[in-house]
Amino acid sequence: MSQTNRIAGGLIDRSQTLNFSFDGKTYQGHAGDTLASALIANGVRLMGRSFKYHRPRGPLTAGSEEPNALVELRSGARQEPNTRATVAELFDGLTARSQNHVGPLSFDLLAVNDLLSPFFAAGFYYKTFMWPKAFWEKLYEPIIRRAAGLGSLTMQADPDTYDKGFLHCDVLIIGAGPAGLAAALTAGRAGAEVILADEDFLLGGRLNSETLALGDQTGAEWARTTLAELASLPNVRIMARTTVIGAFDHGIYGALERVSDHLPEPLPGKPRQTLWRIYARRSLLCAGATERPIAFENNDRPGIMLGGALRSYANRWAAVPGEKVAIFTNNDDGHRTAADLIAKGVKVTAVIDSRADAPRIADCELLAGAVVTGSTGRLGLRFVKTRTADGRERMIECQALGVSGGWNPNVHLTCHQRGRPQWNAALAAFVPGGTLPPGMLVAGAANGVMSTAGALASGAEAAVATLADLGRKAKPADLPQAEDAPVQITPLFHVPGKGRAWVDQQNDVTVKDVKLAHQEGYISVEHLKRYTTLGMATDQGKTSNIGGLAVMAEMTGKSIPETGTTIFRPPYTPVPIAAFAGRSAGRDFRPTRLTPSHHWAAEQGAVFVEVGMWLRAQWFPREGETTWRQSVDREVLATRKSVGICDVTTLGKIDVQGSDAADFLNRIYANPFAKLPVGKVRYGLMLREDGMVMDDGTTARLAEDHFVLTTTTANAVGVYRHMEFCRQCLWPDMDVQIISTTEAWAQYSVAGPNARKLLQKIVDPAFDISNEAFPYMGCGDITVCGGLRARLFRISFSGELAFEIAVPTRYGDALMRRMVEAGREFDAVVYGTEALGVMRIEKGHAAGNELNGTTTALNLGMGGMVNKKKDSIGSTLSEREGMNRADALNLVGFRPVNPADTFAAGSHLIARDAVANAANDQGYLTSVAFSPNLGHTIGLGLLKNGAARKGEVLRAVNPVQNSETLVEVVSAHFIDPEGDRLRA
Amino acid sequence: MIINHPLLGPRDSQEFTYLGDANLIDRPDWQAEDAVDQFHDYLYLRNNPAGAHRELWFHEQGDRSWLVVTRDTRTHEITAVELARDVARAKGRSK
Amino acid sequence: MHDLGSLTPLGGKTSKTDQIGAIGITEVTTTALASVSCRMGKAQAFATAATALFGGPLPGPGQSTKGDPYGVIWTGPEQWFAEAPFDSHEDIAKTLKAGLGDTASVTEQTDGWVRFDVSGATVVDLLERLCPVPARQMQTGAATRTVVEHMGCLVICRAAGAQFSILAPRSYAASLHHALVTAARSIA
Repeated sequence: MSQTNRIAGGLIDRSQTLNFSFDGKTYQGHAGDTLASALIANGVRLMGRSFKYHRPRGPLTAGSEEPNALVELRSGARQEPNTRATVAELFDGLTARSQNHVGPLSFDLLAVNDLLSPFFAAGFYYKTFMWPKAFWEKLYEPIIRRAAGLGSLTMQADPDTYDKGFLHCDVLIIGAGPAGLAAALTAGRAGAEVILADEDFLLGGRLNSETLALGDQTGAEWARTTLAELASLPNVRIMARTTVIGAFDHGIYGALERVSDHLPEPLPGKPRQTLWRIYARRSLLCAGATERPIAFENNDRPGIMLGGALRSYANRWAAVPGEKVAIFTNNDDGHRTAADLIAKGVKVTAVIDSRADAPRIADCELLAGAVVTGSTGRLGLRFVKTRTADGRERMIECQALGVSGGWNPNVHLTCHQRGRPQWNAALAAFVPGGTLPPGMLVAGAANGVMSTAGALASGAEAAVATLADLGRKAKPADLPQAEDAPVQITPLFHVPGKGRAWVDQQNDVTVKDVKLAHQEGYISVEHLKRYTTLGMATDQGKTSNIGGLAVMAEMTGKSIPETGTTIFRPPYTPVPIAAFAGRSAGRDFRPTRLTPSHHWAAEQGAVFVEVGMWLRAQWFPREGETTWRQSVDREVLATRKSVGICDVTTLGKIDVQGSDAADFLNRIYANPFAKLPVGKVRYGLMLREDGMVMDDGTTARLAEDHFVLTTTTANAVGVYRHMEFCRQCLWPDMDVQIISTTEAWAQYSVAGPNARKLLQKIVDPAFDISNEAFPYMGCGDITVCGGLRARLFRISFSGELAFEIAVPTRYGDALMRRMVEAGREFDAVVYGTEALGVMRIEKGHAAGNELNGTTTALNLGMGGMVNKKKDSIGSTLSEREGMNRADALNLVGFRPVNPADTFAAGSHLIARDAVANAANDQGYLTSVAFSPNLGHTIGLGLLKNGAARKGEVLRAVNPVQNSETLVEVVSAHFIDPEGDRLRA
Repeated sequence: MIINHPLLGPRDSQEFTYLGDANLIDRPDWQAEDAVDQFHDYLYLRNNPAGAHRELWFHEQGDRSWLVVTRDTRTHEITAVELARDVARAKGRSK
Repeated sequence: MHDLGSLTPLGGKTSKTDQIGAIGITEVTTTALASVSCRMGKAQAFATAATALFGGPLPGPGQSTKGDPYGVIWTGPEQWFAEAPFDSHEDIAKTLKAGLGDTASVTEQTDGWVRFDVSGATVVDLLERLCPVPARQMQTGAATRTVVEHMGCLVICRAAGAQFSILAPRSYAASLHHALVTAARSIA
């Protein structure tokens, strides 16, 4: 039988029938249903098993605060655990499964936990699984994890994409119930840029769940009319299915829009969800209120739900969980549920009101001054046990019980910036406190204004006040007549009794657990939460926190406000990690930067390596080469023998101009620059203020007032930032202007004995690049290939005769091809970063491994470069005693005593006869490579007093790989120590 | 957070890079008798107030201005934003 | 004349164009670009020379101006980018330096950047998914640097609500293009 529990009316579209399955069984529902409402309409009350005791559970609520009805939605890679059935919008073909049971849902084998409950009380993990210690990781934890936990992950990659976005508005209105709609109407008509966001797919809030009239319309009709007007205003953006999850600093709000969750799968190109960052000049919190339960023995049986939820299911979704319904309340609102159900033709067996002076509102039996003390029914409610005013016990038959313990304003977002809610005794609830997030006002039930008329009026008034604050005049929207009943409540949080009464159904926390926490001294609210887990997990205690507090207050003899409240933190409801990642996932985790010769290199089959965000060619394999070493050795040997070409565009290039440019460079580099002639290049050593080496590079003087300096690829951004700091904060009146020009030029190194010959075929003949006319460390503007403007620098990282040639980037690809062509007669190679590294180690040039943030100029053998006759960053503090010790680390070279041996970078240097421990540490190897020129492994390293220890034999110890090698200390300059080659 | 840039108006702090205490502007005189001590204090001794803090932010993904932002470390309330260059000049720094 | 061919930032011989729903994305390679910074203490002389050279006053913070042949964009305190047609101004830096003399530092930027022009009825929706600047409120001529998917970009409003230029360092061309296309599909 289909939809046995469906009644007349509701806001569902009966013309659209949707098929779905739950635990393998197929059902039908309608458009506008949630999974929970459709299941209820089909007579299903049992939807899952509880976290710890595996108790049968059904939905407690009809919204995002749901603690119980968590299901696994969808299948395959899109399967999603712990989805609240109460907010899962029904679509055709939806599949869902219940969670947390072994065997069928109706006969969960792990329900044995419920019988063992005395062992599982609060803190049981801490007490039970303490000893022996080693058992925890191997035995206890895996078992607990399997038995507890809720849904399961698919272990497959999420096939969907997630977007991020940024929105700006004058007023963000959070919640589209009566207060939010009245506010939006007021602000929207006044012309303000308004965003109206609501987590529901049908906007209107409680108006869709109530039968109360607004003027001559129903609440739902008024909401629809109002939304239609708002939709017509170009300055109002209505965002349904969008939860504002947090109020962050300075008016920034996070909002999760579930773009495609209501579809079987996203439409092509569309994201599953979008995480919005909303910049709001002002915000209005109109988030409504959440009903809270009253705890009593066995109050967690499927069929027992909040009174307001029962009303929502009946009025909005035309679904009732049973033929006979009872109500348990401590306030007038509970009676409204009874009246609505009776009007729908549902049999209400009794209204049980804990107040002796309970009013008679609904046309059914009223038990005033009575309480519910228990329930029966194995997998769903059959009877509630009551204690009447005269103390007698009476069983009342019902398949559903609506419990109303009063309504808690949704103050969460008011607390995201350290605000604390205040207790309102008349409402018996916390309301927003004095310190709201700057720019926020609160209206409607969220602010403790519980009547419909009050909500409408306060929404409109708040909008007027907010716009006035923005300097805009607005008049409150004309509002319909509406219900304006006062809140009548006598607080009751739990019914005393011997059995287990559930305070937090999601975490299986009972009244007894709270009492136990108190007994054991966990009386602070924060301790209570962590000891019992009350208020944790997906619902964050929306229906349980106040109940827990009330029990604790009772135990300590304090009032609820004295007992305190835990801090509300974002997000308001769960947000998938994928939404936070947005598009920054997989290969798009971060952008990629490509060099000018990238497309050419890719054609050559180059192997690429990530260097920061850059993709650089690591080596260029040729046919027949089977290992990377073969390619790299070939590239090194060919370069040293004839000529090699390498793309060095990734080096940072900073253009420095101004009449004080030379003086500026003098201060940011440790070595002097003032006297560098135009047309010359100089190596520069840049220190941090603490005397450690920050970066190095070359600086070319293109004109008296114009330099271009290079940085290492890795430090380009940091060096530029540092230079701006020096320019703006330290010497604000220097005439110096800097700008990055890294990518404007494609720059290639051409190195090797035939470098000049190759370049002579490229550089236009008008420019003489002979050794006499263009000596080592020369630079200048030239033209190439028949007139293209270019720059030439005679600098060398490899130790060979070398040039760097730069052309406007768009011609970089063509220049590379032209040089390869021109180099054919010299057997020129193009080499990658690996060969570049080998050659610089052979030459003894420091690079990133040596400039590692802990080395000084002295360590690197460049102590003499720190000029003491001028002020420069780092020069003063590099004079410190500790940085100038006799046994300071020096950069030296290492070779294996037995040429066949190898060693690894990172190895520590230990004396031959010493124990390999930290106390005997003499230094470490920073860079190691196989030198195809020498035929053995070589290394650079930092050794205590290393400069004076050439010839000494040490052990290079590598405890990670459990190996050690005898090495000899040698000069760091393995190739051409005199520098004849680069001056050739 | 949002930093109200003196030239560009409100900007998301995502566009900025944080450095720290604005006292880093007060770089000592390298020729002072006790220059090493002064530089030591300048570089390593920082206040860490619970309250108003003047600190340096760099508009790296923006106009490349260094800013001095006065921020309450307890609430993140920003009470003043100045161009660091102006602050440096006001402190008597020049060339 | 030299005989080297050129590639666009995306690596093509000609610039790439995409039309995705209402959004058009065009790789623009026809603009020459140079940075112009006022020298310390030369503000007056610089303003005079620049006004003469560009045919109008310099734009203030967050703004750009459109002239013939030069468009000028404010990029930082005392710093602007000047743009002009590439065909007539390939050597833009030299030309500007000649006009501004020692009142300004000029640096060639033409090939330092990739420029995509995005246009269409939903172009603001596109930008809302890419960067934190309030594109919906940007008037024609508004220009600002910001972050797009971790990339530092310059966003220029060419026609309010209808056409924007997005410039990123040239090496990011493929990543920025990917970001634009993905966002365009998401709003298509």
